Amino acid sequence: MADEIKADKTMDLKGLPCPMPVVKISKGIKEVSVGQVVEAVTSDPGARVDFPAWAKTSGNEIVKTEQDGKITRFFIKRVK
Amino acid sequence: METTGNENMEKSLSEMKDKLAELSGDRQENKLAMVVFSGDLDKLLASFIIGTGAVAMGMDVVMFFTFWATPALRDPNKKAGEKDLMGKMFGAMLPKGPDAVKLSKMNMGGMGTAMMKNLMKKKNVASLPEMISLAGELGVRIYVCEMSMDLMGFSRDEMMDYPGLEYAGVAKFLEEAATAKVQLFL
Repeated sequence: MADEIKADKTMDLKGLPCPMPVVKISKGIKEVSVGQVVEAVTSDPGARVDFPAWAKTSGNEIVKTEQDGKITRFFIKRVK
Repeated sequence: METTGNENMEKSLSEMKDKLAELSGDRQENKLAMVVFSGDLDKLLASFIIGTGAVAMGMDVVMFFTFWATPALRDPNKKAGEKDLMGKMFGAMLPKGPDAVKLSKMNMGGMGTAMMKNLMKKKNVASLPEMISLAGELGVRIYVCEMSMDLMGFSRDEMMDYPGLEYAGVAKFLEEAATAKVQLFL
């Protein structure tokens, strides 16, 4: 099944408020190759809106989002 | 006959070149050009949050510091050298660096600002000096208004060590703003 998404790199961004989560992910995504996936774990409620906005603008793809209480996990594929 | 043909060709070629230059001059870059006018802690923080966020979004960012925002880029540990009376007055009355700026509201003689800074620390929100060094790391370009420097009697010797800090006038801002997708005034 292609359901299971494997992260090539995990970033713990819990406890970081705006603008740090997007600043860090924009650096982190450049540390994997195109096609690889970064898992970003955040506790910032703003990230739920900010990550999709960042991905759309920077041309990357959020392949999966998991919500677990206050924690949001984004699986982001580097597209370019 | 042939010469005229060549001349015509050269003429239209140079017209095309001019047109191309004109078009590329109009090109909007994925860039944010910001005027930072305010010397208030809250507005300066907002400026740097937007600036660093824009870099994360893949934008080129340039900030122009003018008027009350200028002293926020001073380094409290540096010596300014000789100043005239007005320069000394401005120097003493305006904040010495990013750690000395106050909130625009609820400052309450400094108490409000101190409380806000404490709260920010507790909530893990980056301080203004931290945001400035992050902006430097991310390649945010900063220009300081030469006229403000002169008016308030600041010397370049007392400004902070920000990577690539430069001094400019309004034309430089307008040049950058004209080719930027987003322009802001804070």
